[in-house]
Amino acid sequence: ASGGGGALSPEMKEALDKYLSENKVVLFMKGNKMFPQCGFSNTCVRILNSLNVPYETVNILEDDRLRQGMKEYSDWPTFPQLYIDGEFFGGCDITYAAYSSGELKEVLEKAMLS
Amino acid sequence: MGVTREGVEATLTSKLQPTYLEVIDTSGGCGASFAVAIVSSAFEGKRLLERHRIVNTALAEEMKSIHALSISKALTPKQWNDQQPAEEQKAPAAEVQEHPATAVV
Repeated sequence: ASGGGGALSPEMKEALDKYLSENKVVLFMKGNKMFPQCGFSNTCVRILNSLNVPYETVNILEDDRLRQGMKEYSDWPTFPQLYIDGEFFGGCDITYAAYSSGELKEVLEKAMLS
Repeated sequence: MGVTREGVEATLTSKLQPTYLEVIDTSGGCGASFAVAIVSSAFEGKRLLERHRIVNTALAEEMKSIHALSISKALTPKQWNDQQPAEEQKAPAAEVQEHPATAVV
């Protein structure tokens, strides 16, 4: 994993595994879905809202340990980070590209049925 | 030392040998923020997530002080060439390749 260097404890990894197995769509972001605190996070919230799927948001600004740990967990250096069905889907650019191509809708529909 | 546009350009050039590279400084005063459009054969056979990971990994050192990085394009040289005529003049691209217009892989 790049960056962070030991920010992800085994306990945190286990908690994240569990949380992501129980929640099909999770956006780790700056702010929350009612009040995004960054343009990239806001873009992802608007995309998910428009696709009308239930999803959770986790505000990484409230917990710096989680913020650093997530970078290792996802092997991704920036936020937002979108998880679908327990798997890392991508950051803002990937989410937007997949939304534009229709792929995101498909992936989400599949996740909802699983 | 902060990260500069030139620094990002130099790192990506040496690590990914892009055939096309555009780095735009998009920082609006809140710190190093860049948008990258890159064409490289390193992306051959890779899905979009993997391509972005390649760029992130190449910039691992810079990412420590980059505030925001947007990868607007990560294309293979072939995808780039296929796109060019379509955007400028449609006529020469008459012999359409068999693959559909997959803008996103």
